[in-house]
Amino acid sequence: MTFTSYLFGILSAALILVVVVELLRRRHLRERHAVWWFVAGVIALIVGVFPATLEWAADAVGVEVPTNLVFFSGIAVLFLVCLQHSSELTQLESKTRTLAERVALLELRLNELDDSETPRADGR
Amino acid sequence: MPLSSKTLIVMPAFNEEASVAEVVREVFLSNPDAVVLVVDDGSSDATSKVAREAGARVATLPFNLGVGGAMRVGFRFAVDNGFDAVVQIDSDGQHNPESVPALLRELETADLVLGARFAGEGDYSVRGPRQWAMKSLAAILSRATHTELTDTTSGYRASGPRAVALFAEHYPAEYLGDTIEALVIAARSGLVVKQVPVSMRPRAGGVPSHNPAKSALYLGRAALALTFAFMRPASTYRLGGRP
Repeated sequence: MTFTSYLFGILSAALILVVVVELLRRRHLRERHAVWWFVAGVIALIVGVFPATLEWAADAVGVEVPTNLVFFSGIAVLFLVCLQHSSELTQLESKTRTLAERVALLELRLNELDDSETPRADGR
Repeated sequence: MPLSSKTLIVMPAFNEEASVAEVVREVFLSNPDAVVLVVDDGSSDATSKVAREAGARVATLPFNLGVGGAMRVGFRFAVDNGFDAVVQIDSDGQHNPESVPALLRELETADLVLGARFAGEGDYSVRGPRQWAMKSLAAILSRATHTELTDTTSGYRASGPRAVALFAEHYPAEYLGDTIEALVIAARSGLVVKQVPVSMRPRAGGVPSHNPAKSALYLGRAALALTFAFMRPASTYRLGGRP
């Protein structure tokens, strides 16, 4: 591994963390959504700074080529985040649906109240 | 506001301006005391206006939610306004409103009454894979509800007080949920389900699909809906969980 690629790894991980923290700081990202990205960023930084940890981890779980462990973890994180998003999308849809139903009933009530008041011609 | 009747007729309507007014008038003709609520399911045509002019009360959804969502509005409305029973009628004229009293009579001994198309009256028929799908659905749901059901996907049904309270909170909104899963919810909550024969008229627009690929897809989705309906945790159907 050349010094440039070593530096590249560390900078990439740091960039991820900076972006996540900045989004959190500006409230563009809620904590519970940021957790996965934050954990991934921290692990990437550790592995970037100490490449030996990757070899140790790969050896520990029996992966022969350490890079494959990186791919596996990356895909696993993306998969879980995707699943979390689908689940939250479902919950949001269900909330939107309930809101739409409530709005329809409120509108009906409002219209009927308006109609019942219209015949009053005493100027009020 | 004063209520002249304890029965609410709910008609989900999606782009039905051509037929909805006529159906509303027919409902009033055979059920003069009824209160009719048309739920406009996000139509882009004049469904709401036409229905209101025909004398129905109209709830307009801001976007299309499907029959399940529209019916939940109906059940919610029934609970909020003290109706005992809800009768669902299609607004395309397929269901004959003259059968409403027959459905309501059965409510005295049942919580949910289905108007069935194949039970002797009328001339409605389907063939091929769609028929097999409906037959197996009927067999499974008959076992679950401990009664002989032949037409489980019928949208012509009456719900008594217990069913109305349950459905106002838990009416399923997914595709096929409003027919299949609603029956499973009723069965799992211990409601009494019955079926009465009703005559169906040909649909005002469109024809029943006999495309094998579509039928296969229908079968798959029905099986999926059924499986998950039985798999859901019992707590899903508890009353009073959500406001």
